[in-house]
Amino acid sequence: MTEPSTSEAAPQPSEQEPAFASVDEVVEHLAGAGYLASNAVATTVFLAARLGKPLLVEGPAGVGKTELARAMAAATDSELIRLQCYEGIDESRALYEWNHASQLLRITAAKDENWDATREHVFSEEFLLSRPLLTAIRNQDPTVLLIDEIDKADVEVEGLLLEVLGDFQVTVPELGTITATRRPLVVLTSNATRELSEALKRRCLFLHLDFPPADLERDIVTLRVPELDAELAASLVRVVGALRELELRKSPSIAESVDWARTLVALGADTLDEEVVRATLGVILKYESDQRKALSELRLDRVLSPGDAADGVAAAAGTGSSGDVSSGSAVS
Amino acid sequence: MTANAVADRLVEFVHALREHGIAVGTGETVDAAAAAEAVGLADRERLREALAASVLRGAAQRPVFDGVFDLYFPAAHGTSEATADDPGTPAQLRDRLLDALVSGDDARVRALAAAGIDLFGGYGAAAHGQGGQGGEGGQGAQGAAGTTSGNGRSAARLSGWSAYQTLSEVRPQALRARLRDAIREARADGLDGASADALADREAAAGIESFTGHVRAEARRRTAELRGRDRIARHAVAPQTDLVSFTSATAEQFADMRRAVTPLSRKLATRLAARRRRAARGRVDLRRTVRRSLATGGVPMRPVMRRRRPGRPELVLLCDMSGSVAGFAQFTLLLTQALSDQFSKVRSFAFVSCTDEITELVRAGRDEPENLAGRIVAEAHLTQVGMSSDYDGALQTFTDGWADVLGPRTSVLILGDGRTNGAPPNLPALRAIAERARHVYWLNPERAESWGTGDSEAHRYAREVPMFECRTIRQLSHLVTRLLPD
Repeated sequence: MTEPSTSEAAPQPSEQEPAFASVDEVVEHLAGAGYLASNAVATTVFLAARLGKPLLVEGPAGVGKTELARAMAAATDSELIRLQCYEGIDESRALYEWNHASQLLRITAAKDENWDATREHVFSEEFLLSRPLLTAIRNQDPTVLLIDEIDKADVEVEGLLLEVLGDFQVTVPELGTITATRRPLVVLTSNATRELSEALKRRCLFLHLDFPPADLERDIVTLRVPELDAELAASLVRVVGALRELELRKSPSIAESVDWARTLVALGADTLDEEVVRATLGVILKYESDQRKALSELRLDRVLSPGDAADGVAAAAGTGSSGDVSSGSAVS
Repeated sequence: MTANAVADRLVEFVHALREHGIAVGTGETVDAAAAAEAVGLADRERLREALAASVLRGAAQRPVFDGVFDLYFPAAHGTSEATADDPGTPAQLRDRLLDALVSGDDARVRALAAAGIDLFGGYGAAAHGQGGQGGEGGQGAQGAAGTTSGNGRSAARLSGWSAYQTLSEVRPQALRARLRDAIREARADGLDGASADALADREAAAGIESFTGHVRAEARRRTAELRGRDRIARHAVAPQTDLVSFTSATAEQFADMRRAVTPLSRKLATRLAARRRRAARGRVDLRRTVRRSLATGGVPMRPVMRRRRPGRPELVLLCDMSGSVAGFAQFTLLLTQALSDQFSKVRSFAFVSCTDEITELVRAGRDEPENLAGRIVAEAHLTQVGMSSDYDGALQTFTDGWADVLGPRTSVLILGDGRTNGAPPNLPALRAIAERARHVYWLNPERAESWGTGDSEAHRYAREVPMFECRTIRQLSHLVTRLLPD
């Protein structure tokens, strides 16, 4: 009751100055933020900003869904607020929560105060733990709200999101209704482990991110790993492209391409010859059966030459890739 | 186009999508219009993405969307403009195609596909004399030369454009070896020997595939102009993978289905797990509640519920591997294998005229899903003579040999069309299975109307155990979640 409740509706997106004037501008700004956008991505991001609708991004792991949200935040000069979903996430983790422990302490500390004063104090801003959704709504500055891996959350959370994303307002019974002064740009990502509800999908713009065309992927790899020789990048993308054509349990995605590029740089390889491919295949294919299949399909499975040079490369590749996991995880 | 025309076209487009099973509501149509307005009509690819973003709800719908979009918002009207290097003969066209594919210039490949249709694709009417029906190779080129000169005029008299005719004239497959060598030549990198060949070969195949795709799309678009868009949209756009009938799927569609197994199994597993979790709510776990209350000064703010551990059922699959049912059986085997961690045990059996266990083969099939059905038939002992199914012998050998796999925790799925080829149905054996197992369900890939017609004993089996029509992936995944116990 300390917070004055604001009842006017959230500002329509048209009243806010649009984040982007044209699709080309989206491409340019995202590139400035280190994200090379395809036509589909640029158009959809432009529409999301223009129409003020949440953007639902779906696609296999490692194609840059989360990275897109990050780049959008950087491109529009906004703060990125992230809600990571997991099994069992609920209102108190997503929206807000009263800090029970502190409230109890406050009540026990104020033994001789009258109850009304205590109650006033206990249900004030001081004891409100703001979680990502509420934080995004209350933020006065431009915001990109990233709701990551929404498919991991339970169905009930979707209902909560519908309410919040519909009006961009939240009602805290003790405080009143809090309305967004600025609509955040909302990005939801999903790995499609379960079907999202129709109601939620209907409110969003849908973007399926897939493996990019070869030239775009080459540019991405070169942008991420500038030390990599351009020709080597081209052959790397070719091999990855060929692997994606196979029926594998897990196809290599962009994150794996970038990891592989880093591995090659770390190894100081200047061509992608068969020895190197064979030795570093573990960086891009994570199942043993996939590796076997790739080797036989690309006819790399000839008996290793007895020379021990190959073993040395293999050992180096092992360390190179393991050391690389942390740096590569940025592209998830 | 005027604003009204755009709106009309958009509504027709949405109708066509609905006919293909993509549910687009009125609200989404309005959104699509708003999106189209925001993006503008100048750039076709952007318009495509804008409409896709507002109308689609899943990646599986995209191919259908693209097919319909190309019909309703074509890149060009009529025949394509003559390009500077207009080829005259199939050989010339192949040469140019080789260039375009090696340089990876997709726009040029598309232009060549259009040129190919121009030259060799027209049929019907007396538009171009002897070459019209596109039969013989020698005449094709000649007749085609006539078509090129009179493109604009003759188009009205044609009754259609044929991708098949074009492709059999151009024969892009003939390029494969040359293309492979050219690609190897053009993209020299560290790889050498066999693996460079293998890589180039794959790329050559993919390039030819894309040319073929462009030819098909172009033929569809032009025929649509001749005969009316709505009619072509209804027939010429392939359905979504999960609505393709198992019994009539092509090899390509089966490959798409195999690719859908893993994502589908993950989805089903999440759904099953969620159901179990929900069922677990109920009793308070006192010990953990007290433990948690320590954080709030001993006041139990949030009670902890006791988690029930649901028993995981055992699953037994009994699959008809004969003829057209084999594709369905193969898909279901792969799916249940991918779902195997949802069950305490999965055992698979196959039969044609007698039954054999194939659990190990299916397990290995997880890594090598191609041609699993073929391997099962080759390696397991399924038949004495021929490849026509005999339910009498099959059910009998199963109850004789493996009755012990059935128990009070076992769910049995029988996959088959119930066509006995005149043999007796052996209902007692089925009854014996049903008595021992907890549940028996029969999944039939035939349409329910045709059960019991001809040599089908499906209606009689259906009286013994519940039988479900299961013709598409959508029906199958629906059944799997409904049938399997929680």
